[in-house]
Amino acid sequence: MAFMGDTLSPAPLWHNGPTPGAFYNFPANSSNLGPASRPLQDFRAHSASPITTTTSVIAVKFDKGCVIAADTLGSYGSLARFRDCPRVMKVNDLIMLGSGGDYADFQYLRDIIEQKIIDEQCLGDGLNLKPRSLHCWLTRVLYNKRSKMDPLWNNYVVAGIQDGEPFLGAVDKLGTAYEDAAIATGLGAYMATPLIRDATEKGPLDEESAKALVRKCMEVLFYRDARSFPRYQLGVVTAAGVTIDDTVELKHDWSLAHMIKMK
Amino acid sequence: MSSIGTGYDLSASQFSPDGRVFQVEYAAKAVENSGTVIGLRGKDGVVFAVEKLVTSKLYEPGANKRIFHVDEHVGMAVSGLISDARQIVETARTEASNYRSQYGIPVPLKYLNERVSMYMHAYTLYSAVRPYGCAAIMGSWSEHDGPQMFMLEPSGVSFSYFGCAVGKAKQAAKTEIEKLKLADIPVKDLVKEAARIIYLVHDELKDKQFELELSWVSKDTKGRHQLVPKEIASEAENQAKQALADIEDSDEGDM
Repeated sequence: MAFMGDTLSPAPLWHNGPTPGAFYNFPANSSNLGPASRPLQDFRAHSASPITTTTSVIAVKFDKGCVIAADTLGSYGSLARFRDCPRVMKVNDLIMLGSGGDYADFQYLRDIIEQKIIDEQCLGDGLNLKPRSLHCWLTRVLYNKRSKMDPLWNNYVVAGIQDGEPFLGAVDKLGTAYEDAAIATGLGAYMATPLIRDATEKGPLDEESAKALVRKCMEVLFYRDARSFPRYQLGVVTAAGVTIDDTVELKHDWSLAHMIKMK
Repeated sequence: MSSIGTGYDLSASQFSPDGRVFQVEYAAKAVENSGTVIGLRGKDGVVFAVEKLVTSKLYEPGANKRIFHVDEHVGMAVSGLISDARQIVETARTEASNYRSQYGIPVPLKYLNERVSMYMHAYTLYSAVRPYGCAAIMGSWSEHDGPQMFMLEPSGVSFSYFGCAVGKAKQAAKTEIEKLKLADIPVKDLVKEAARIIYLVHDELKDKQFELELSWVSKDTKGRHQLVPKEIASEAENQAKQALADIEDSDEGDM
């Protein structure tokens, strides 16, 4: 049993096996999929693209507050994989947050924000986070992450009441931020914004018309966006507080579909 | 005191020949000099009441609070050295936050209590540190477990209680608490009892000024720990004062 060595000259451990941390490569099959074949610097490549994704977020200001809607589909590539991914969250009594993009990144940041709110309550000074502050904080977090070449792959929409006035702001995965009276992320930016602009140009919205408008946008997006889903959340924030309705299902009618002929 | 001059009280890491750890007993003494703190576990929640002694008129009202939020669902009322207590509160908050980030749910009080009491106990083991000069009462309410309350002492021991009291007048407070049928009383009534007990056991001759702190965590607050709202608190306080005045009147009547 010479190959096992003896106590005076022990054989090397794990002889002829893969190097620690590497997959075994069979001869004449030079796979480059194993992590060991990538240079160490490339580890970030794993997080530089989204995995389980969610699609658009639609948000509109109305006279006394804001409304946010987003469907509950988690897509795995083009596969409609998860059907119950809520992504409109209550932050506190005056702030709501919606997210599109990588769902795991959203869950990560959601937990951090929830703990922030608890820490704030623990202080017990009666002060609460305001939407503009959360919006600014998000820009810092997202910009910082993208500067490390490891972005959180999300679009965030912050809706809330700041000093009695409705606030609506967006931040993307690069930390680019803006405020607007209507925000639609993802594919919604192309298909919902024109609808919202049309509606808002006709005069200021009230809560009911804003909700109806957002519902209409969700319907249009469901027909056109292949990564969307008929079940969605709708949240409203006013000075009276945040209400996020239970997931609702939009009514869809495909009877027109057979009349559309692609040439 | 039997411990003085024997040399066995110089370190928390040394027993006395009769099996006591004097440093821990001194820490318990530090708690006994502090204002009374009571915790009552009722039918649908837990109520804390603190007799916060105000040692100087120069303090702002509400300074040096003795009731803390640990997490959304956990409250802590402390007795003893306030600076020691604040460190225990901070430890508890960190533990609660860690539990949340690891398991994604609020920490059950049983586990939080285990962690915090092990932390306090660790400070009774080494010669390089002194034990914490404070006791803490923690409470929570959840749909699953109902009301829960634990009291932690400087020695690191902790028990679950129906009602507990620490501080100056703990004996008198315990006697009063024992008269209550705690398991049947809802928190909205317990608040009044708690305020009454604090006013009753307060020794006006030795400590002139005090502030009453009240908090609760119950089914009605959806399991959130909150300070008792102003109106309810002042109503409870007025009733407590009235009850005390009635007793004094009847005492005078006897004479």
